[in-house]
Amino acid sequence: MNNDLILLGHGSGGRLSHQLLDELIIPQLSSVPVSGQNDAALLNIGGIKLAFSTDSYVVDPVFFPGGNIGDLAVNGTVNDLAMMGARPLCLSVGLILEEGFSKAELAKILASMREAADAAGVAIVTGDTKVVPKGKGDRIFINTSGIGAVEHNLHIDGASAQVGDKVIVNGCIGDHGIAVLSAREGLEIDSGIQSDSAPLNGLVADLLPLGPALHVLRDPTRGGVATTLKEIALQSGVTIMLDEKSLPVNPGVKGVCSILGLDPLYVANEGKLLAFVAPDQAEVALARMRRHPLGKDAAIIGEVTETSAGKVQMETLVGGVRGVEMLAGEQLPRIC
Amino acid sequence: MNYSDSFRDKELVQGLARRIAELTKGLSKPLVFMEVCGTHTMAIYQFGLRSLLPPEVKLISGPGCPVCVTPNSYLDRAIALCRLPDVIITSFGDMLRVPGSSSSLMEERAKGADIRVVYSPLDAVQLAAKNPAKRVVFLGVGFETTAPTIAGSIMAAKAQGLTNYFVLASHKTMPQPMAILSADPELQVDGYICPAHVSAIIGADAYRFLCEEYKVPCVVTGFEPTDVLQGVEMLVRQALAGESKVEIQYSRVVRWEGNAKAQAMLADVFTPFDAPWRGIGVLPGSGLRIADKYAHFDAEVAIPVQVEELKEHKGCLCGEILKGKVSPFDCPLFGGKCTPESPVGACMVSSEGTCAAAFKYGR
Repeated sequence: MNNDLILLGHGSGGRLSHQLLDELIIPQLSSVPVSGQNDAALLNIGGIKLAFSTDSYVVDPVFFPGGNIGDLAVNGTVNDLAMMGARPLCLSVGLILEEGFSKAELAKILASMREAADAAGVAIVTGDTKVVPKGKGDRIFINTSGIGAVEHNLHIDGASAQVGDKVIVNGCIGDHGIAVLSAREGLEIDSGIQSDSAPLNGLVADLLPLGPALHVLRDPTRGGVATTLKEIALQSGVTIMLDEKSLPVNPGVKGVCSILGLDPLYVANEGKLLAFVAPDQAEVALARMRRHPLGKDAAIIGEVTETSAGKVQMETLVGGVRGVEMLAGEQLPRIC
Repeated sequence: MNYSDSFRDKELVQGLARRIAELTKGLSKPLVFMEVCGTHTMAIYQFGLRSLLPPEVKLISGPGCPVCVTPNSYLDRAIALCRLPDVIITSFGDMLRVPGSSSSLMEERAKGADIRVVYSPLDAVQLAAKNPAKRVVFLGVGFETTAPTIAGSIMAAKAQGLTNYFVLASHKTMPQPMAILSADPELQVDGYICPAHVSAIIGADAYRFLCEEYKVPCVVTGFEPTDVLQGVEMLVRQALAGESKVEIQYSRVVRWEGNAKAQAMLADVFTPFDAPWRGIGVLPGSGLRIADKYAHFDAEVAIPVQVEELKEHKGCLCGEILKGKVSPFDCPLFGGKCTPESPVGACMVSSEGTCAAAFKYGR
């Protein structure tokens, strides 16, 4: 095999992405291995604590049920900051447009960016626009970077999960991935599923009063809940036991997944977070989440059972136990 | 509770598991049952069913994943085709990562080949209609469940008068490899969990000769956890009573005679041939090639191309794994040199492959 080529799977957020980061990108650019990385960098500048994050958006199709690339680009970076417990302050926006892209569509995308930024309470303060020749890009790509204020002294970190912690998710999993997939050319399933794209900073603000009982916050985007939990298990050196029957999954998502041979645990989310909370505060955290509009379907989906090299297991619906691994390669449809 | 949930009922499943444990308690040698369908392989791992069964019952996986049994030579031909400038390759997704002798379709796509994942062969026919200057080749891989849809695509292309739609066919048919496995003295199979949807097409009668010639119990079994465990219980009861007959557990779908319409389509479009199975070899009458009267739709006939020399991957135990002789964990490459993102053997590629399932769920 030719190992020189970048494959689509390198962008899946799963094992290949980790390999690319660990073997090529991080060694060249940084000293922190990816296993020690979080959604945003924490900076201390003259005593002021900031979170800093960046993300690029290449979603296809650009418009999908429940959103478009514009609100996704704002919410995604807002959420990366929020997962550090930071209060998002401002964003930059880089637009890469393909020659021939429609101004009317661009206007729609910008309007949703503005709306999403207002909803999240962040300002878009700087930006850049480039145009590439027709065929050298795909309609529109967006990069956003963001800065947030860290106003707490907690150690909210992927490496902070502790034995006994309860794992809480704020609602149904897999909506975004299925909404995008359903709108893709050649598939066009009328699933009725809307993307869950949403800013999570408000929900996080409601969780911060839990104080030191709040150990990990992470948004399970590409690679889904399974990949994110495996990352946390590895970072913290623990075993996480999931309970399949308590996983909230929209019936429409379940249906599309079973037609296409996908597992909702690996499908992307854009408005979900996983919180690891000390057991004595778990019910309080759950109640706080459920009071927030983005957390009304929140559920405890598992717990940290022991220290280990980093394992995720799941008690299945029928009481069996199986392992849960990171997404490998791209998520592919079934063959028979 | 909806319809499918009722087949995943925890109490029912655990009750079945208890009954199997009671029936087999104290057996000196475990009963070994083989499933020969990738969807069973996945279901067994996905629901953790092995962890519910007593040590007296062992489930092993046979050659039931169509991608996994597709030989290197087929991939090499597909790769040679995709390098032609006017060819669009269409395929179900799993085929893209399967390594051929020196490349894979995913690698060729990264280099610029036009390779598209479709969800139905009819999408490939549509693509051909929209791109008259291109030759659209569909990679026809699969058992009797997939083959009728591909036969249908050839019929549709014919009806539309398309001359730029082709199928590279490597279909496999089911009962034959089970006979080879049953005759293998190294392999002790006490019963077959027969495929669910393959059997819906070919009918449960297709397995009778196995019971008669090899004295091995066969139960056509569905894919839900209660189906699988009920199928296992039926196999246990037959094995303990010294019986060997065909039974249908999956009676809500499968009939003794199968689906006559699908069988007629297969008979019209395809001809049985001696197909090569990865790791097993050429099995007489175990595959379907495109019939002569449809030869102009057969990519192998209609698009001549130079195919590279065949190279097998050293150290890969896919062949032994496909025969159920060793488990993925026994392969020295498993999880090290061979992982889902850089698979050495096909069993690690397809989501229904034994190694991929073991990697994802089994550790």
